Amino acid sequence: MKPALDQVWAWLGEVPDPEIPVISLTDLGIIRDIVWEGETLVVAVTPTYSGCPATSVINLEIEAKLRSKGVENLRLERRLTPPWTTDWITPSAREALSAYGIAPPVGLAARVNRLAGSAPEVACPRCGAVDTERVSQFGSTPCKAAYRCRACLEPFDYFKCH
Amino acid sequence: MAPAMSDIMTPDAAELARVAPGRGKAAAEVVSPGHDLFVGLTRLGDNTLILGHRVSEWCGHSPILEEDIALANMALDLIGQTQLWLGLAGQVEGAGRDADALAFRRDAWDFRNLLLVERPNGDFGHTLMRQFLFDAWHQPMLAALQDSSDARIAEIAAKAAKEVAYHVERSADLVIRLGDGTEESHRRMQAALEALWPYTGEMFLGDPTDARLAEAGVMPAPEALRAPWEATVTAVLAEATLVRPASAFAHKGGKQGRHTEHMGHLLTSMQWLQRSYPGAKW
Repeated sequence: MKPALDQVWAWLGEVPDPEIPVISLTDLGIIRDIVWEGETLVVAVTPTYSGCPATSVINLEIEAKLRSKGVENLRLERRLTPPWTTDWITPSAREALSAYGIAPPVGLAARVNRLAGSAPEVACPRCGAVDTERVSQFGSTPCKAAYRCRACLEPFDYFKCH
Repeated sequence: MAPAMSDIMTPDAAELARVAPGRGKAAAEVVSPGHDLFVGLTRLGDNTLILGHRVSEWCGHSPILEEDIALANMALDLIGQTQLWLGLAGQVEGAGRDADALAFRRDAWDFRNLLLVERPNGDFGHTLMRQFLFDAWHQPMLAALQDSSDARIAEIAAKAAKEVAYHVERSADLVIRLGDGTEESHRRMQAALEALWPYTGEMFLGDPTDARLAEAGVMPAPEALRAPWEATVTAVLAEATLVRPASAFAHKGGKQGRHTEHMGHLLTSMQWLQRSYPGAKW
């Protein structure tokens, strides 16, 4: 059985990210390509950050999902080029992140100048105020920064523009 | 009584290291493009591995929670980059060694990292100063590697460069805040700068392997990284109100496998599990 590629994309769209379960692997933009090579289904996956510990769990979950759908010949490939960017996170996933309490990336990574003085205006995902401050460049995972809202005083994670 | 440092690091250590891989006979110098590439890749991967391990030693010990998390995250980035560099090194070597084998089953004299990254952590300011001096070199190094004639190196560099942009932003920011901070934080940052300065010169010293890799367009000549490093360091130290040491003396040898007494202690801690239970997995 060789399921259609659209079908495979849809299945992977049902696999939640292990760290942030409100978005899927396809929402995150880390599934780069799916092709049939003869009788083998090849899925190209890109890591978010090179040391992200979720990478191996993600690979396991992709494999488990596709096996559960009857795909027997399967190969996962690590693809580094082009490097992952938050620009690939879908608009609906950005809304899901915000509803989950994580401020989504502000702006496009391609346009961000990370030099001093170019800090993004990050809105608090709880109260919506833009009077927020960065507490640390790194949050609960490498892809996030720790922020604090000066209006409602809640701390929150910001998904860094990367 | 504990032995003095001079007792631990005997004058003959370099000679012992040189002959050890040949089990008593000096190992013949192998010169081939493949070997050069392997050495160049282990230099990159050993820097990120040893610095990543040093930074990970802070986990659970930092002055405040946010800094603890930030240091652990940076260590994670560096270890992730190590997996890519040493993974490629093992592939290039073609002897069946993967990144884990290279990280956990080599001895000190086979490591090719800069002496700077094996320096002990010291206090928080000392760790941040070491990180900054390294990041200011790491960033232009990765920028140059993105133009490598070897596409495998260019793609790893492109990935790592995005992560290191955060590292240098953070370490520069903290060096400025602590340098231009209280009297106590300023004193500690200046002391850290003076202690670490003699270990920075090695970053720009090339050897014949570097020259051949640069000639082939695989990696930049170390000397070429001095100007961008100087630009970053000069600007940040000035803003941090720190005084740049005048001495140009440079400790060297790490890139050739001649390490300080700290390296063996670090490896003892990092490698013990794989040494005691070879191939252990969980």
